[in-house]
Amino acid sequence: MCSGCPDELDFTARLARTALRRLAIGVAALAFVLSPALAHARELRVCADPNNMPFSNAAGQGFENRIAQIVASDLGAKLIYTWWAQRRGFVRNTLKAGLCDLVPGTPANLEMLRTTTPYYRSSYVFVTRKDSPDVSSFNDPRLRDLRIGVQLIGDDGANSPPVQALGRRGIVGHLVGYPVYGDYSAPNPPARIVEAVARGEIDLAVVWGPLAGYFAARQAAPLRITPVAPRIDGPQLPMIYDISMGVRRDDDALRADVNGALSRHKVEIDALLAQYGVPRLDPPGTLAP
Amino acid sequence: MKGMPQLSPTRADAGRHARKPAAGNPVDARILLGTLLTCLPFLAAASDALTTPAIAPPAAAAPADDGQWTMPAKNYASTRFSELSEINEGNVKNLQVAFTFSTGVNKGQEAAPLVVANTMYIVTPFPNVVYALDLSRPGAPMKWKYEPNPEPAAQGVACCDVVTRGAAFADGRIFFNTLDGHTIALDANTGQPIWNAHIGNINIGETITMAPLVVKGKVLVGNSGGEMGVRGWVKALDAGDGHVVWTAYGTGPDRDVLIGPDFKPHYDMDKGRDLGVTTWPPEAWKIGGGNMWGWISYDPDLDLIFHGTGNPGPWNPDLRPGDNKWTSGIFARDPDTGAAKWFYQWSPHDLHDYDGINEQVLLDMNWQGKARKVLVRPERNGYLYILDRTTGEVLSAKPFGPVNSSKGVDLKTGRLIENPDKKTGTGKVVRDICPTASGLKDWQPSAFSPKTGLLYIPHNNLCMDEEGVEVNYIAGTPYVGMNVRMIPGPGGNRGAFTAWDIAAEKPAWSLKENFPVWSGAVVTAGDVVFYGTMEGWFKAVSARTGDLLWQFKTSSGIIGQPITYRGPDGHQYVAILSGVGGWAGAIVSGDLDPRDATAALGFVNAMKDLKNATTAGGTLYVFRLPG
Repeated sequence: MCSGCPDELDFTARLARTALRRLAIGVAALAFVLSPALAHARELRVCADPNNMPFSNAAGQGFENRIAQIVASDLGAKLIYTWWAQRRGFVRNTLKAGLCDLVPGTPANLEMLRTTTPYYRSSYVFVTRKDSPDVSSFNDPRLRDLRIGVQLIGDDGANSPPVQALGRRGIVGHLVGYPVYGDYSAPNPPARIVEAVARGEIDLAVVWGPLAGYFAARQAAPLRITPVAPRIDGPQLPMIYDISMGVRRDDDALRADVNGALSRHKVEIDALLAQYGVPRLDPPGTLAP
Repeated sequence: MKGMPQLSPTRADAGRHARKPAAGNPVDARILLGTLLTCLPFLAAASDALTTPAIAPPAAAAPADDGQWTMPAKNYASTRFSELSEINEGNVKNLQVAFTFSTGVNKGQEAAPLVVANTMYIVTPFPNVVYALDLSRPGAPMKWKYEPNPEPAAQGVACCDVVTRGAAFADGRIFFNTLDGHTIALDANTGQPIWNAHIGNINIGETITMAPLVVKGKVLVGNSGGEMGVRGWVKALDAGDGHVVWTAYGTGPDRDVLIGPDFKPHYDMDKGRDLGVTTWPPEAWKIGGGNMWGWISYDPDLDLIFHGTGNPGPWNPDLRPGDNKWTSGIFARDPDTGAAKWFYQWSPHDLHDYDGINEQVLLDMNWQGKARKVLVRPERNGYLYILDRTTGEVLSAKPFGPVNSSKGVDLKTGRLIENPDKKTGTGKVVRDICPTASGLKDWQPSAFSPKTGLLYIPHNNLCMDEEGVEVNYIAGTPYVGMNVRMIPGPGGNRGAFTAWDIAAEKPAWSLKENFPVWSGAVVTAGDVVFYGTMEGWFKAVSARTGDLLWQFKTSSGIIGQPITYRGPDGHQYVAILSGVGGWAGAIVSGDLDPRDATAALGFVNAMKDLKNATTAGGTLYVFRLPG
């Protein structure tokens, strides 16, 4: 259904969900009178993108959906979603507007919200076909002659770190940009860049690890993924990021609860990330402080 | 950039009269004006003491005032000048509220109301409701309303609040655009839709925020979304049935840009084959921006339309070596075919998101002893340009406020002279760049009075620091962004309202405003200029001296376009939509966190206190003299 008109569906679904939630509150209030036990049923309200595998989708198939379910179960809470495309204003229109309390998959230390202890660290990676040059560094001289796919962020003044690393080296002659926004009427818009490598439209691509790992394994042509080097380019351009969940800045209680759940289910979460092909830079089983 | 996303309006009873625009009085008036214009240079030569300057819009583009307001810019010359003079410098202090009307939408109200015959038309920000108000009855009750029900997802795509800049009336129809990419024609009398053309795709980040312009039976519309990699275009839709007659892209091969044998740019930098491809790294033009979300003017004598193009996107400057044609420039085109006649680039290889989509005021004037058909344009990069509109030659380019991102314009080559000290780049920290990405002046349109020869410019006075790295993410993909923080410019005032003496190439006077002046302006034959402030003051100042003559505090900050018209009772009225928002006011209309300094692309840092000065709103105010 998502391939049709996700925004519209999304909205209809949201309306329906809001109505349901109101109904649920009414029922809960009634239940309080009838049975105090039911009234304590907790809700974990999560905002996520309905069309963005491997992270999340409306069918709950993404690894963030699965991790959110693990957290909800641990807290004895019912998982409730508000679906919203992760574009400009996502946090403002969802978490900050009070539509939900938790956003999975945010970079650690994102200023606009408060983040939990990170649960994985990944890297930008080179995606290449097995029959093409095995590039692993931005300093590889062959890059100057290859057609390189890059992710375009689409926010003024912001470009993905690999784009900046290539630009710094003057490797700008054969770049092909794939907007992360993409065409939202198609499934998983950010995936186009990996498909382009498989089809030979570009020689290689530099892609955020989890996206690359998941889609590289699903192409007809065998693909290889290699974390980029250097990991930090120049004085301040990181290619690696710690990923957390985000709550509102003042929501210490939920942050503590989620931290506890993530810590208690570390092994399960590591297994899930491996199952989705997420390239890890942190040793699984450890929890960054 | 920010061209971020955001539309249109009008007409009613006039249909009954079945009046064709070219018939009747206007023709006589044009002949009269034409004669007058022809004589003007001689008059000026004959007497230095002449108070009427030899500078005026071409009569065909600014016909005699019929007391209506049928397009946001008032006329094709875009003067926003009214010949009404009942309200004047002496009595404006007596203005009082005639009636008000709530739009029901508390988002940034950037639109101009329209007045046709006895009806006023208003289009709101998303969800883009159109209202028709009956001016012939007490309190101007609603005649009809039309709700297009645009897709809610469009709100998340729009860059800078969910604004629209108004509607346009022609031939008994109101034409307007919706945020989610539709152009709609309504029967002005009944509000019934006649056609609905879906021309923009929000799924790829495309929205429409501009007001259409109707020229020779064609509705001209452009798109927003360059920051998301949307390729810019202008389309001409048939006013009769809405089908697309032509599309001119802002980047790409000549055939897409509608560049053919008639294309004769003035400067060498704009000459060559397929520059919209060759001035970019391979294929970067395909998602290169050059959008058109601002203003279009039309000269019936030359039969040319003039429109700007937005900044290049979404690559940062290091990644797009070259001039990045045809972004941040201006085209003259044949309205029937879209064929380009000339082009000039304000900001080749734009470094600071200086969109080139501001208004162009068409004037005829004596320039250094020679009669010239000119186009006057207060540009985002800070210069007040005077171009020969027949050729695109730059006659003058003087800064109308603090500018340090460039050092002037080379009139020989036409090229902006960049200041290398203010050039941003990967990993660099650059402080105090003036003007900001929002420009010395953004979309907010100026007004010109042929009585004073002055252009009245509402504008910003902001500078910016671009620094450091801040983690962010989109659709699961983390990155570090340029940290833009806007700060007040020299003097500490964040806005100004400047009267610019076009012939003398210098300001006549300038008023400081605490916040950016994000509203448009209107000037009248009564020598009164109206504009609004983001605190909510609606002001009348003397067109000659800038003296404050009257002000009224409306319910919310003003970022709309004032208009003035003759009511059914024969008296002059002044109207403005109040309701803060837009890029500058998003902190209020979008309820942004003032601690998040880089929100709204850095604008929030300069507007932290706006929340203490005003709240969101959406109300029409109409004023008149007592009696």
